[in-house]
Amino acid sequence: MSSVMTSAGAVARHRLFWPIVALAVLLLACVLKSSTFLDITIRDGHLYGGPIDILRRSSVLLLVALGMTLVIATRGIDLSVGAVMAIAGAVALSQIAASDNPESLAVVLSAIGSAVLVCLLIGVFNGFLVAVVGIQPIIATLVIMTAGRGIAMLITGGQITTVTSAPYKTIATGYWLGLPVAALIAGFFFLAMALITRRTALGVLIESVGINPVASRLAGVRARTIIWTVYVLCAFFACVAGFIRSSDIMAADANNAGLFIELDAILAVVIGGTSLAGGKFSLVGTLVGVLVITTLTFSVTILGIPANAVSLFKALVVILVCLLQSPVVRHKLRARRRATAPAPVEVPA
Amino acid sequence: MVSNMFRKRSMAAGIAVLALGLAACAGGDSGDGETAGSGGGDEGDLISVGFSQVGAESGWRAANTKSIQDALTEEAGFDLSFSDAQQKQENQIQAIRSYIAQGVDYIAFSPVVESGWDSVLEEAKAADIPVILTDRAVDSEDTSLYVTFIGSDFVEEGKRIGEWVSENLGTEPINVVELQGTTGSAPAIDRKTGFEDAIEGNDNISVIASETGNFTRAEGKTVMEGFLQAYPDIDVVYAHNDDMGLGAIEAIEAAGKVPGQDIKVVTIDGVKDGMTALAEGKISYIVECNPLLGPDLAEIIKTLEEGGTVEPRIVTKDEAFDQEGAKAVLADRQY
Repeated sequence: MSSVMTSAGAVARHRLFWPIVALAVLLLACVLKSSTFLDITIRDGHLYGGPIDILRRSSVLLLVALGMTLVIATRGIDLSVGAVMAIAGAVALSQIAASDNPESLAVVLSAIGSAVLVCLLIGVFNGFLVAVVGIQPIIATLVIMTAGRGIAMLITGGQITTVTSAPYKTIATGYWLGLPVAALIAGFFFLAMALITRRTALGVLIESVGINPVASRLAGVRARTIIWTVYVLCAFFACVAGFIRSSDIMAADANNAGLFIELDAILAVVIGGTSLAGGKFSLVGTLVGVLVITTLTFSVTILGIPANAVSLFKALVVILVCLLQSPVVRHKLRARRRATAPAPVEVPA
Repeated sequence: MVSNMFRKRSMAAGIAVLALGLAACAGGDSGDGETAGSGGGDEGDLISVGFSQVGAESGWRAANTKSIQDALTEEAGFDLSFSDAQQKQENQIQAIRSYIAQGVDYIAFSPVVESGWDSVLEEAKAADIPVILTDRAVDSEDTSLYVTFIGSDFVEEGKRIGEWVSENLGTEPINVVELQGTTGSAPAIDRKTGFEDAIEGNDNISVIASETGNFTRAEGKTVMEGFLQAYPDIDVVYAHNDDMGLGAIEAIEAAGKVPGQDIKVVTIDGVKDGMTALAEGKISYIVECNPLLGPDLAEIIKTLEEGGTVEPRIVTKDEAFDQEGAKAVLADRQY
């Protein structure tokens, strides 16, 4: 009996408990409103339904938040991700639009290749400012955040570049093995990073740099290289997210692609339990954070919340989750529970 | 050492910025001088115009921008300062203030949202700079704050869409979902009202959902995906602009339905991408909203410059297209 209560308490104390509860409540609300919401059917040879839409919609934010988690773990922050997304779309689509044969796979691949190159350069630039020059990350990445959209505008000539290209369209709207390609791409990079950070020393090195850069450097960790690496990775993931976003609408919208996504990504990381002070990070936590935010956005439409109340609704949910997660509130809640019921014996971890 | 160098550099940069600011002020002062008519001073007989655009949120806006830039050229006797507000009112207010400080001859702008313009427009009035509203209106009670408002009648546009839906599709019970423009913007409010007015008498039509898609393709698609999940029996999508309609078409196709057959899409604007979709039958009906305001704006300014007066409200001529009409005009569509 007491062991059951203890383990229930442990579950409730887990830092992902409240985000997962929020996710479940949002999904439940959607099901109550539209009973077929969670149904997955096969349509045109691929899976179709609410959960599949959420997975596909999550892919962009997941990629951006993945890079952001690593950057935040080193005590950094990357505000330039939204602008990098816009640049990725602008470079890729303007090349495809300028080519003679937009339907050819080779053209699409070379366009993607050059966009990746540009984004990697931006990552190197960000990393250089932070790791070598020693500018504070929030300032260093602000440069590209503001200038980046201007660069994207220059590339597209101030227009919204629209193209028709079946291979490029596959990135966001295609299906493979019945699943959306976008979700598969994001899932692949997520698993790859989870494996690399946990099966090699990279994860520990990132955390040590985040906890104390000086001490880790003195202990022989190449802090500069690690920091540089995470900014390049972050720019790369933002670039892939930019492909998915632009492929989704088959247009490069320099002004709106990935606008404010840096804030959503930071929020996802924080909901996932990674501290902005750096150090310990959790990719699974970030995944949960991303799902909460995407489902929240999605539920607005399903629940039919009036357009001018959308921001308020989102804010309330996010504040609630953050409050329930905060150590002070959790401590108070626990104290109250103890006062009413005899406390279970604390088991040392 | 590095930080030291940076301190020096940033100081140098700061000084440079200060110097620029001073130069700008100096320019403004000369403009404020005895002839408010000759603005920038060194340009002599050119009419200086400050234009603050909403942003580049849609294909329509891009066409609108191009039309204005092509009409207010130096050859035509204008010195155009153009700024992009990136869909933020504060940017626009800032731009207008800086035009006032520069002492331009005329200010023209398309307000991002309807309200909150009184104080900056009063500043313009105090500086004797005539203000022309293009494309979108403001809700200021004091109409002396601007000379004229040139643009389409958004209520009328919504009404024409509503009438078409009512006559052609409303013969049997249908469910309509609405993709609104930017919350609080004049076209979003008016196009919604016009549509509601037009379908009021027809009990067959019920608007089952209405969300904002912010006039962008991406958000139009996201919102439509949600609609398709929440409401299994949608017959018509009414999008406040072409781009959101195009996004909705993507979502409809992804759901395995055929736009134009299973779900009909009606939109407002008539940009090239929208007209193409109309010719392909994916969109069923488009009411045009003419973006080519540049020549009209140039004419208004010339008239005012010669001491003439203009009507306080100038409505541009809008057409409406069905599939056949779109095919006919698509070839020589400039935007």
